[in-house]
Amino acid sequence: MLRRSMLFMPGNNPGMLQTAEVFGSDSVILDLEDAVSLGEKDAARILIKEALKTFDYGTTEVVIRINPFSTPYALEDIDVMARLKPNAILLPKATPEDMKKLDEMLAVIEKEEGFEVGSIRIHALVETTYGVETVYETLKMSNRIESVCLGGEDLAADLGVERTKDSEELFYARTKVVNACKASKIDAIDTPFTDTNDEAGLLADTIHAKKLGFTGKLSINPRQINTIHKIYSPTADEISWANRVMYAKDEAEKEGLGVFSLDGKMIDAPVITRAVNTLNTARVIGLIK
Amino acid sequence: MKNILGREVPDNIKGYGKVKHYGGYLKSKGTVVKRSIKLTNMLPGDEKLYDNLDLVLDKLPLKDGMVVSFHHHLRNGDFILNMVMEKIAARGYKDITIAASSIFPCHGELVELMEKKIVTNIYAGYISGPVADAISVGKLENPAVMHTHGGRARLMESGDLNVDIAFIAAPTSDDYGNINGVDGKSACGALGYAYTDAETADITVAITDNLVEYPNTTIDIPQTLIDYVVVVDAIGDPNGIVSGTTQITKDPIGLKIANMTTELIKNSGYFKDGMSFQTGAGGVSLAVAADMKAEMIEHNIKGSFASGGITGYIVDMYKEGLFKSLFDVQCFDLAAIKSAKENSGHMTMSASMYANANNKGSVVNKLDVVILGATEIDTDFNVNVTTTSNGTIMGGSGGHADTSAGAKLAIIVTQLANSRISAIKDRVTTLTTPGETVDVIVTERGIAINPKRVELIERLKETNLPIMTIEELKDIAEAMTGKPKAVEFTDEIVAIIEYRDGTVLDVVRKAK
Repeated sequence: MLRRSMLFMPGNNPGMLQTAEVFGSDSVILDLEDAVSLGEKDAARILIKEALKTFDYGTTEVVIRINPFSTPYALEDIDVMARLKPNAILLPKATPEDMKKLDEMLAVIEKEEGFEVGSIRIHALVETTYGVETVYETLKMSNRIESVCLGGEDLAADLGVERTKDSEELFYARTKVVNACKASKIDAIDTPFTDTNDEAGLLADTIHAKKLGFTGKLSINPRQINTIHKIYSPTADEISWANRVMYAKDEAEKEGLGVFSLDGKMIDAPVITRAVNTLNTARVIGLIK
Repeated sequence: MKNILGREVPDNIKGYGKVKHYGGYLKSKGTVVKRSIKLTNMLPGDEKLYDNLDLVLDKLPLKDGMVVSFHHHLRNGDFILNMVMEKIAARGYKDITIAASSIFPCHGELVELMEKKIVTNIYAGYISGPVADAISVGKLENPAVMHTHGGRARLMESGDLNVDIAFIAAPTSDDYGNINGVDGKSACGALGYAYTDAETADITVAITDNLVEYPNTTIDIPQTLIDYVVVVDAIGDPNGIVSGTTQITKDPIGLKIANMTTELIKNSGYFKDGMSFQTGAGGVSLAVAADMKAEMIEHNIKGSFASGGITGYIVDMYKEGLFKSLFDVQCFDLAAIKSAKENSGHMTMSASMYANANNKGSVVNKLDVVILGATEIDTDFNVNVTTTSNGTIMGGSGGHADTSAGAKLAIIVTQLANSRISAIKDRVTTLTTPGETVDVIVTERGIAINPKRVELIERLKETNLPIMTIEELKDIAEAMTGKPKAVEFTDEIVAIIEYRDGTVLDVVRKAK
């Protein structure tokens, strides 16, 4: 599925839970962790439960961020939330050990509830130095993992450095996470841009991450969604190029040629795959009919 | 009887008279007559200047039952209406009709005058605050007449409302009554509504706190229309003069609505060189202006004019070269006031030029796209901007019905539900603007197009916009809010909703 943007929504805010999918992000993350104070954890759990039972989020992926296993809340979070069959659970401070635990717990609940085993998916939020080092191991711990999300704020703290706008301090973590994701053929979701008033900064950060290979971005404010989508959507030029590739391919096939060139460049299988993906994405977004 | 909009409106209303029923927004085409004004001429040697309002009041033909008028360009910072009415009341007059272009919370002192029957009639285009509450519960002897901006000009030019004395707050004046609104400590910018008062009242009194040497070099209202000039310490509070509504909304839902609206305009067929545009001063309306600015720059669109109440955001678009000119009937913020003073393409216009249906052609007739708000809209696209859903007056048409009638594309922007009340109803509580003049409603969950606009529906089918019927939109809202209990009303009519042509659209009854 298309996962250009994943929007965090505080789990203890009824207004936001009601309007979560209005903002057009591909996924919404209903948050039981950082957005919710300690005194509100149980209330948020109840509120999200009721929201999931009441609202229809349409085609938006519904993800629940539980509290980490290091807290007293995680087990109850998983027990309550999984039984509501959200699309996915977001595991914060993800490590191989925690991922294995979560995967096993979900299997037990799915069997108890009669859900198809493996139907509840997982997103791994990697935000510690240990999590970054062991990310490929984490991905091997479960077949449910849809993406790795990078948590830059916590990671910078764990690295003992300042979190900056040009994010040089995240370079290693970003490239390592992208590599692990591509090797595992899953999505790589970049850390959120936290200055919600800096549109130019958001644009630069999103472009930069896309260049490194990220396939989407976490968002902490609905105002960011349009910009993120603009970067992760095919441009008119890209769509036009993809159409030309497919046309040239059809023409080449008619003449019995397996490999052909366009604009002086050789077009082989990987390039054709890229063109096909571009057109599929454009179709899903509605850029072409 | 039920009029053609399905509203229950009697043929005759006590305290108002015989009702002319609404017949359609283009029904009033024909010949109209302007009343002749009688005036006292000023010959060489006559003086107009006074430093004391009481001295002027001594000279005026005050009487019970007179009609006095005020303009609202000083908005919630106005001192003049209260100042004048206090003095008139102290002189023992009663049964007075007030024709104020709008009434704000600062005019709360009027409530006591209403209770004492000193003021027994009110004509206004917009009423908010204690006066609105008081009218809603029946404290005004006769029903208030709520008209549009253009409708006020029609009333006064035709003589349907004969103003005896107009009290004109004048930010700057010379000793002979040349007035402008752009200079002085109480500057308010365009004096669009005041111009009508000056033109049509029998006697005009300019009240200023900034007397300049003759002649005033910027003239919005000329000396030939002014009988008296009075100097006072202050005509208003500058902090209240500037509207508090000229900030783009930060609410993500509002921004989404603005986004969708701009997308719709881009695909409507009206987004092209020469286009004209008007938007309100509310948070979402301004967000549309901001989006439109970006899109017009990106697509190199050069518009002809932007109109209405002007804000700094519209001025920015003008300065970017996105509009050749501005037609300004009132300034909402300091940036607009400054621009009205400095930029030659920023033209002020009277309320009549802006929106009067009974002159030789008003600016709204040339408008392409207008963005408007709504408290409620019903499945016939009728809009309520006059009352809340429980029947309390909290606004009024202002230019709403005028611009809807004139614009080629009238777009209503609103959240689908607010405080658990759906914006879309089976029937509006009060009908301010008839549905036949409303083209589109944009909410964060969907867009509904008036079925009469067949070509528009065709054009917008090709976009990714969530277009649906208004009934479908209502269903989505009611799924969230439930169906509200009906509010019950008595038979007592507290306000009359007059259309731009003087016909009656609807009445407001006192809630039980």
